[in-house]
Amino acid sequence: MKTNSPTPEASLEPVQVPAVKIIGVGSAGVTMLDLLNSADFAGAGFVALNTDALAGSSAPVKIQLETKLLRGLGTGGDPERGGAIAEEQFATLKNACEGADVVFVVAGLGGGAGSGISPVLARAAKEAGALVLGFVTLPFACEGNRRQQQAQSGLDQLKSVADGVICLPCEKTFNLIDENTSVLDTFRLTDGLLVESLRGVWRLLTRPGLIRIHFDDLCALVRDRHSESVFASVEATGPGRAREVIEKLIAHPLLDEGRALAESGAMLVSLMGGKDLTMAEVNRVMEQIGRHCERAQIIMGAAVDETLKNRLSVTVIVTRENPVAMELPPLGGAGESSETMIARGLTGRLGSRCGSPAPGLTPEQREQILTQRAGGRGRKGGPKMRQAQLPLAIITKGRFDKSEPTIHKGEDLDIPTYVRRGVALN
Amino acid sequence: MFDDSSLIVGLEIGTSKVCAVVGERNADGSLNIIGLGQARSRGVRKGEVVDTTQAEEDVRNAIVEAEQMADVEIRNVYLGVTGAHIRGFNNRGVHPVVSADREISEDDVQDVVKNAKAINLPTENNIVHAIRQHFFVDGQDGVTDPVGMLGARLEVDMHVVHGHTNRLQNAIRLVKGLQLEVDDVVFNGLASSLALLSNDQKELGALVMDIGGGTTDYVVYANGVIRHTGVLAIGGDHVSNDLAYGLKVPLSRAEKLKREYGSALVDEEIKGQTITIMNDLGLPLKTVNVEHLRRIMSLRLEEIFQLVAQDLEQAGLSDYLRAGVILCGGCARVPQIAPLAEKVMQMPVSLGQTNSVSGLKSALDQPEFVSAIGLVKFGSFKTRKREGKTSLAQGLKSTITSFWRRS
Repeated sequence: MKTNSPTPEASLEPVQVPAVKIIGVGSAGVTMLDLLNSADFAGAGFVALNTDALAGSSAPVKIQLETKLLRGLGTGGDPERGGAIAEEQFATLKNACEGADVVFVVAGLGGGAGSGISPVLARAAKEAGALVLGFVTLPFACEGNRRQQQAQSGLDQLKSVADGVICLPCEKTFNLIDENTSVLDTFRLTDGLLVESLRGVWRLLTRPGLIRIHFDDLCALVRDRHSESVFASVEATGPGRAREVIEKLIAHPLLDEGRALAESGAMLVSLMGGKDLTMAEVNRVMEQIGRHCERAQIIMGAAVDETLKNRLSVTVIVTRENPVAMELPPLGGAGESSETMIARGLTGRLGSRCGSPAPGLTPEQREQILTQRAGGRGRKGGPKMRQAQLPLAIITKGRFDKSEPTIHKGEDLDIPTYVRRGVALN
Repeated sequence: MFDDSSLIVGLEIGTSKVCAVVGERNADGSLNIIGLGQARSRGVRKGEVVDTTQAEEDVRNAIVEAEQMADVEIRNVYLGVTGAHIRGFNNRGVHPVVSADREISEDDVQDVVKNAKAINLPTENNIVHAIRQHFFVDGQDGVTDPVGMLGARLEVDMHVVHGHTNRLQNAIRLVKGLQLEVDDVVFNGLASSLALLSNDQKELGALVMDIGGGTTDYVVYANGVIRHTGVLAIGGDHVSNDLAYGLKVPLSRAEKLKREYGSALVDEEIKGQTITIMNDLGLPLKTVNVEHLRRIMSLRLEEIFQLVAQDLEQAGLSDYLRAGVILCGGCARVPQIAPLAEKVMQMPVSLGQTNSVSGLKSALDQPEFVSAIGLVKFGSFKTRKREGKTSLAQGLKSTITSFWRRS
């Protein structure tokens, strides 16, 4: 149990900072890199990587991948060209990653450079002996089907080589913007969110930890889960800050108002506070988070950052588990046996997904219901198949089963209070 | 037989019971309760009708019983409504006084009230009540009757209670289907507060919580006027349902256990106690842990108070309730509910007693009849008002005016 072995390393002397390189790929990646390039990340090496001109970038190292093939026109939004040119210049990429313990690949997927180069870069970094963590955005749905597909295949490729990928679908940010937000602001916002997550990870790695999160833990969390991670960072001050951060976290739009927490398969929680961070607060926050995501594997860390003064900052990276996708071959070819696979996938994870199963159902009945539900979806077949979303825990609402649910701040009040609050009756 | 105009009937189609109260206005204007009819409600969930056939039958039974008891024929009723769709909010209307001498006339008052009611409601919603709070004359606060005063700018604060038109109509249609006329539709929480609060309490500021079977209706008075109303679709039904779920007993049994052994607090001495449930033949069927029963109940009731307290906190009214909290509705019968509420809300809590109404003592002392009695009281205000006015053309809603203060 990695999570429960904090062995309080209360030492406050600085951790030995691993050599980190942050590489921005494609125009989106380079833009984000510029956001990152600030005092917070002192000690990290920045590399901007693109097929277009890089004159605008503030990064100290700029690599422009250029070849006659492209005639100075960039990849033209074609990841295959991006991939090809990256393969061609593999040695350059590997060279750039040389000497780093950890490489962060920052990119916006969907275009030619981001989706094409990132996987190759990740491989080059691996070969250079570094751990690779990807921070990528997925395009908005309105950007079109082709970009979505490119992004998805780029993401799959990146995941297959990188140690971990934190992926932010831009679509999620629709929760954060209103009618009047300009396109520029929206992109700035998505970039900002990703940068924020990178900062969170950076802090985890470099700040002295009371309860330290190891990079391995992080990688284990984001690796091999063919699903999206969502990310949220909240801050609060004052005496009730532990309670407040939890409230903010649950209300966070990126976490689907707490639904993401409930559905998460694994999550990483990092608490940062000034010197006055108390163990009781850490305990309170973790207890509450644990209550909201009972099924998740939680990795937690707590650290002291004096610059935070009396603020308490909580950063969570939530990975939504998607076991069906894991069983399916990564791309295409999900043909004849998909139905049985879904059935297997669903029943196989009953224990993990459904907190307290309906008291009235025998396991056989449950299995039957679940297979039926999945069957309807599965019949479509093909690579575009999606995981059916099941209702969370099956708690009968008895008398209120069919009436309009009483929802208050995302909580279904028809469910007995003691169940929602997790009060045990022994 | 009584003169029809002196007869006022309040009908509440509640989640656990349908209840009709017949009141009679004496010559001196005082109110006397002369009849009460009730029937177990089967077609209502969370305060709203879900099964018209059954609800209709229940209403008929209650009305018939009330008619027999009071020995009258009921033709008109004041209908109590509730449900999660009902909301209340405050709105301010502004009107410039244009007359040459700057004297505020009756017309100005009507205009400003009209302005305050011109609000942006969703098209499918309808105003149930629009209650005048205070007038402002040139920004001067606390004016109750501005007619005759001088000023350039007249403003009024209104408290508007609105609900979903179709869902309100469901109840009205049901009653009309029984050949009864609906005089007016009244929000249950408002009716309860009318029945319970004295003028002093309204002035001091008070919260009336009517915790019924399906909903918790609450009304806040401060400085003599209604400041806040709300409905929480949680009530005694939820308590029973929680018990049925938690103790794994049928709902009817849970209901019975709640009545016989329930309490809002978990006492030390009941720890470890058990109840043996017998079947029809007197054989033991199941044992239930009393502590669990109380714990489940306590948590649910505590949550109700917490949610209401949160709402008041948000509305910024927590500091205005100097007369404290007054409870009514079926859940007010739960033993020790007042201490629990005191613990959560941090203010004095008492169980409501209907005052200023005389008549059947058996009806007046029950907390669950408070809102039905309040409906009768509402009706009596209304008829009194109507008698005072020569014209009825003002429309029904506009009649609810400053008499809240004078009541």
